Amino acid sequence: MLSFENPAVGINDLTKTFGNHTVLNKLNFDIPRGKITTILGFSGAGKSTLLKHILGLHKPTSGQISVLGRDLSELEEVDMREFRQNFGMLFQYAALFDSMTTFGNVAFPLREFTDLNEDQIKEKCFHLLKSVGLEEVSYNKLPSELSGGMRKRVGLARALALSPKIMLYDEPTTGLDPITTKMVNDLIVETGQIHKENELTSIIISHDVKATLEISDYVAFLNRGNIVEYLPAKDFANSDHPLVKEFINL
Amino acid sequence: MQLVTDNFIRFTEGIGKIVIKNISGLGLICRFILSFFYWAARPPYRMKLFFEQMHFIGNKSLFIITLAGSFTGMVMAYQTYFGFKLINVDSLVGPVVAISLAKELAPVLTGLIVAGRAGAAMAAQIGTMKVTEQVDALEVMGVNSMQYLAVPRILAGTLSVPMLSVFFLFIGNIGSYIVGTQALSIDEAIYLSKLSNFMFVSDLMQGVIKATVFGFIISIIGTYFGFSVTKGAEGVGKGTNLAVVWGMISVLVLDYFLTSFLVQIL
Repeated sequence: MLSFENPAVGINDLTKTFGNHTVLNKLNFDIPRGKITTILGFSGAGKSTLLKHILGLHKPTSGQISVLGRDLSELEEVDMREFRQNFGMLFQYAALFDSMTTFGNVAFPLREFTDLNEDQIKEKCFHLLKSVGLEEVSYNKLPSELSGGMRKRVGLARALALSPKIMLYDEPTTGLDPITTKMVNDLIVETGQIHKENELTSIIISHDVKATLEISDYVAFLNRGNIVEYLPAKDFANSDHPLVKEFINL
Repeated sequence: MQLVTDNFIRFTEGIGKIVIKNISGLGLICRFILSFFYWAARPPYRMKLFFEQMHFIGNKSLFIITLAGSFTGMVMAYQTYFGFKLINVDSLVGPVVAISLAKELAPVLTGLIVAGRAGAAMAAQIGTMKVTEQVDALEVMGVNSMQYLAVPRILAGTLSVPMLSVFFLFIGNIGSYIVGTQALSIDEAIYLSKLSNFMFVSDLMQGVIKATVFGFIISIIGTYFGFSVTKGAEGVGKGTNLAVVWGMISVLVLDYFLTSFLVQIL
């Protein structure tokens, strides 16, 4: 199993049970800083539960999670909310606020958490929206008027608004056509490169093996609440683990 | 014999499950109410969202409240008049309609209308945000969804319903006055003098207190069922339905208990 010095996320003996059902079982796992790490796994393997633990939305039944050197169990609710500003998340279907325009969605975290005035917010939003390749004509549109790919771009711009240190992508290419899938994957790589000086760590939850191997630095395979394989992306396709082989060849 | 015993056990188990489910539901609502007070007291105070909700619950309900209030007042005037005429007290139509409206009809009918209109909208809006991960997006950004979504709606509901109830009372009395003096030929001076003789501030207060409690409970139920939504569009429909049904039941049941309490203290 890979381990890293000063990881972005360190997970030690993490167990999570819901009633009698154990979702994560004594999980040990480090995610390196400044790299793209993808977590693969079958449905129900515990990927989303793991993501919610990293975000501090779920509390472990036992075990410990540290993010950017802070033990999450030591953070009070109010501190945790402040700490979450270190995260940006791109949801599966972008999760844009449907009562707000494109501009309103991207401006939302800036209005909530910064002292920027409206002119500065406008300037920053325009910069963010341009950086994800959105044209000005779509800035005043509501999410319902945007295509799936455009929504993802807006979601990514919103997630990057507060310059997060960790970007989380929850199945970013699920349900997209091949061209939009490529566009989203390129955006993930570009985002990592643009924010390289901030050591932006990207964590992707995915089913898409092909894209994963193309864009990731490291790939982990989660099965029944445990990491059964964790390798650099270039070695992952040659894994000997039978489940990984089965998953890749599906 | 074995079959009868098995059926009896199954029946008892069924009742037990329903009781446990309802008690735990009540416990969850109590926790939700405590959480509301906790987050309502903490900054930031989102005045813009509060006024948006006041506009939605209050201003946008004015048409239906005007319609319901005016016709309720007019119908009450007719019904009371023909009953009272039999015993020659038809001059009391004004105060009887006014007191009925102030104490009972205005707060209850306003509560039922708001439960159907705004309570359902609250559950549907929050429920849709829940299933489309918009609530999760707020939480991930570090924005408390209770504080952002529920607190402005509950505060606006609690303040809007008594105001709507007073408006209902006002419009209802105008309807009753027009029918009483124009259609039923009650003398205008007598109508107004009897109204001022028998109608007191305490009658108005009773209705306002009731409406405030109804507004709070309707908003709590609407937002609670919104946050409880799971399983996509079907869940949103179910949550909305439950918000309306329980909102209306709460108004009717609470009305009895509030009446029995308020008649003793006011």
